[in-house]
Amino acid sequence: MSKAPAKHINFMAPRKVLGILSILLVVVSIALLATRGLNLGLDFTGGTSVVVKSEQDLDLDLVRDAVAERGFDDAVVQQYGSAREVSIRVAPSEDVEADKVGGIVFEAVNEKVDNLGLLKVEFVGPQVGDELRDQSGLAMLMALGLMLVYVWFRFTNKFGIATVAALLHDVIIVLGLFSLTRWHFDLTVLAAILALIGYSLNDSIVVADRIRENFRNTRETEPEKIVNDAINEMLTRTINTSFTTALVLLALFFFGGEVMRAFSEALLVGIVVGTYSSIYVVANLIFVLNVTKEDFLVVEKEEIDEMP
Amino acid sequence: MTRYPRWKFFLLLAVLLGCGLYALPNLYPDVPAIQISANDAGGQVSVPVRDRVLGALDDAGIEHGDGETINSSWMVRLRSTDAQLRARERISGMLGEDYVVALNLAPTTPDWLRAVGASPMNLGLDLRGGVHFLLQVDMATVIQQRMDAWSGQAKLTLRNEGIRYRSVDIDGRDLVITLDDQIAADAARSPLRSALPEFTLNQAEEQPRLTLTLNQSTLDELQDYAVDQNRTALNNRVNELGVGNAVVQRQGADRIVVQLPGVQDAAQARRILGRTATLEFRLVADQYSSSRASTGIAPPGTEIFPFKAQNSRPVILEKSKIATGDQVTNAQMGFDQQSGTPQVNVELDSTGARSMQRITSKNVGNPMSVLFIETKTVMKTVQGDDGERRQVPESSTDKYVINVATIQDTLGSRFRITGLDSPAEASELALLLRAGSLAAPVTIVEERTIGPSLGQENIESGLKSMALGMVLVLIFMVVWYRVFGLFANVALLGNLVIIVGVMSLIPGATLTLPGIAGIVLTVGMAVDANVLIYERIREELRNGRRPREAIEEGYGRAFTTILDANITTMIVAVILFSAGTGSVQGFAVTLFIGILSSMFTAIIGTRALVEMTYGRGARAPAKLSI
Repeated sequence: MSKAPAKHINFMAPRKVLGILSILLVVVSIALLATRGLNLGLDFTGGTSVVVKSEQDLDLDLVRDAVAERGFDDAVVQQYGSAREVSIRVAPSEDVEADKVGGIVFEAVNEKVDNLGLLKVEFVGPQVGDELRDQSGLAMLMALGLMLVYVWFRFTNKFGIATVAALLHDVIIVLGLFSLTRWHFDLTVLAAILALIGYSLNDSIVVADRIRENFRNTRETEPEKIVNDAINEMLTRTINTSFTTALVLLALFFFGGEVMRAFSEALLVGIVVGTYSSIYVVANLIFVLNVTKEDFLVVEKEEIDEMP
Repeated sequence: MTRYPRWKFFLLLAVLLGCGLYALPNLYPDVPAIQISANDAGGQVSVPVRDRVLGALDDAGIEHGDGETINSSWMVRLRSTDAQLRARERISGMLGEDYVVALNLAPTTPDWLRAVGASPMNLGLDLRGGVHFLLQVDMATVIQQRMDAWSGQAKLTLRNEGIRYRSVDIDGRDLVITLDDQIAADAARSPLRSALPEFTLNQAEEQPRLTLTLNQSTLDELQDYAVDQNRTALNNRVNELGVGNAVVQRQGADRIVVQLPGVQDAAQARRILGRTATLEFRLVADQYSSSRASTGIAPPGTEIFPFKAQNSRPVILEKSKIATGDQVTNAQMGFDQQSGTPQVNVELDSTGARSMQRITSKNVGNPMSVLFIETKTVMKTVQGDDGERRQVPESSTDKYVINVATIQDTLGSRFRITGLDSPAEASELALLLRAGSLAAPVTIVEERTIGPSLGQENIESGLKSMALGMVLVLIFMVVWYRVFGLFANVALLGNLVIIVGVMSLIPGATLTLPGIAGIVLTVGMAVDANVLIYERIREELRNGRRPREAIEEGYGRAFTTILDANITTMIVAVILFSAGTGSVQGFAVTLFIGILSSMFTAIIGTRALVEMTYGRGARAPAKLSI
């Protein structure tokens, strides 16, 4: 399987169709984010979350009623991993001292169910939630900003724009999916998104690097051919790396427990989108921005600095 | 082809051996233990007490180790966390107030490893269970109290200077002093300026009024002082609670993080941490009749408080204090020898003792009272001027008399407080007095409790997914790249050893569940470097290069790309570390370390293996297994 040259696929043939698809996806994602927003987790909204475990399967309605009796009508009761584990989430309340809610909720359920065990209580004050939200938004913008600066130094403008666009494309689509599916967006997912920012750029840089190299070294003048060759040359690498990363993420998804589920979901989707975008978004933009061989002919390093 | 430099082999070997050594302690998991220390100076636990403890454990049927001395305290190893809880309950009941019995984890690292300073990784609360609190220091109350004091100072200064004033008002951070006329206002300027250097005197106004604004630097100092004082007091309280490896740290301008590993009773911890109780010792103004007290209007120089033990009967107390809670150096619960009622034996420091002696000597036969002051803070939602609802801390102070007793004799540095409801109340009061009062009220703004079983579950699922992910990647690499894949796999395992070794070496690094995810993720991403290199080698081979040249080219040309690609993820890790909290920071740390070490093993490590296999012999290989 190894010695044969990689199959030559004409990646650039459907580029216009896929370009439109990408734009469409990004637009839809932005629209979703603007109208529905994200289903923010406890870290960002504040409130209390209690996770209990019983020795037999728990009836969600029973739990819901038990909690409602204590005045928490709007509690969100969900299964947590297995049928024996239930998570109860209560929004910040004005009537009850916030840090007591956890105990009250547990007691309410404990009265109705035998052998109830408390797995986890998390209380985040609304103020802290707001701060974490601001901080996280800032972190995401900062990460994107620094990537922009880094790419700016590493590539010519046109390549920089292409890779950064691919990066934004990936992040926006993953966030859009989180908005669409109402998956919980909490601090661990934020960590995943930031990791995705690093990963996605990594992927784009590797492809862009090769395109650039080929522009410099080849006698070929037709940009479309140059780009297509470069992508074909990198294809095995792109797929292999995405594949190994996806392997470990699948392991995390299936065996990492509840906390890691959203994290691995975000990254799995991100990697699929990122792999696609490192081929199509980068390449597409290189054409749109009309990159030619001349863009690379200039820079021979000046060596003045190295003289004593 | 140039020879591969020998120093790289040695560097590789040194790093692997070093990290391997420091990673070793992680193979020896900590075991649950109870740690006992005496309350009096030194904390040493005497041999008879040790024997009693071991005997009691035997009686209760709790399996235990022999016990060992750690610093000044004494530790007994136990089988399980369940045994640990039972043992603590039993032993602390038996030893009573004079000893602190703490839950702790005893390391099982062999001595020779401990001798080189190797210890296992710190595990985050999400992996070992426990309670995490984020406390907000209520600065508004502190500032209000200080502003009151300063306004008193301003009045005193004006009075001493013979300047007549109409009023001294507090307006946020301003003191507004209204005087009779402009002449008085001008005369007041210079004495006020020297009496209150913490304030800036604003420029002249039209009316005979002076406005003093509190300096920002004083405000900052006040905040630093209050937060640090609180941190110390909380630290003392945590020690009193008996928790091993607890963390009490300042976070940001006005917050304090408290982490109590292994604690399951969050409610008790919360009660002890959040309470700001202190005492004041005051004379009872008994020249006034009790009917005067029931009018609710205090005569000048006095204040009225309810007497809790006597149906909240109002008692008139002098405003001036004899001594306060922060002058208490020691407080122990005890029982009255005649009546058997609970009491707290108090010791005062020299300032408190002197004042106590001076006042009580003049007041033998007069009643003295103990005033209990407790500040509670709750978050209240208010609607701001801009119509937005926000949460603000609101403090309420509860003051009541717990004890009135006739001064029998001149009191000195030691005396006792009686009139307490129960032994539990006495013991909690003693604890709070001992641990010191908080300089400012605190509110809990974040709390995370992770049960011990969930912690264990998290460790298991983390390790399981890591093992599975790793095995899948290892298989893939061998199938796809054959011998070179094997090299990459060796590098991957080396990478894991380095990550664990470095995590164990850095004292502040903590492994959390997202941290494990970070390691898993770097495992998946680490092979990217090898994939890049190997694909390049294959390509060069296809282009007709000889094997050795292809290797040289492959490593050489892929390097910049690898560096580029990894720098982006490192930047992200740094941002995540600075923006995230607790467990997410753990992710950033392992991601960062993992990327660095994976570059090292994937580039230098696999190269060394390649050279050993294909480089040494005089005959160049005709074919590469790639």
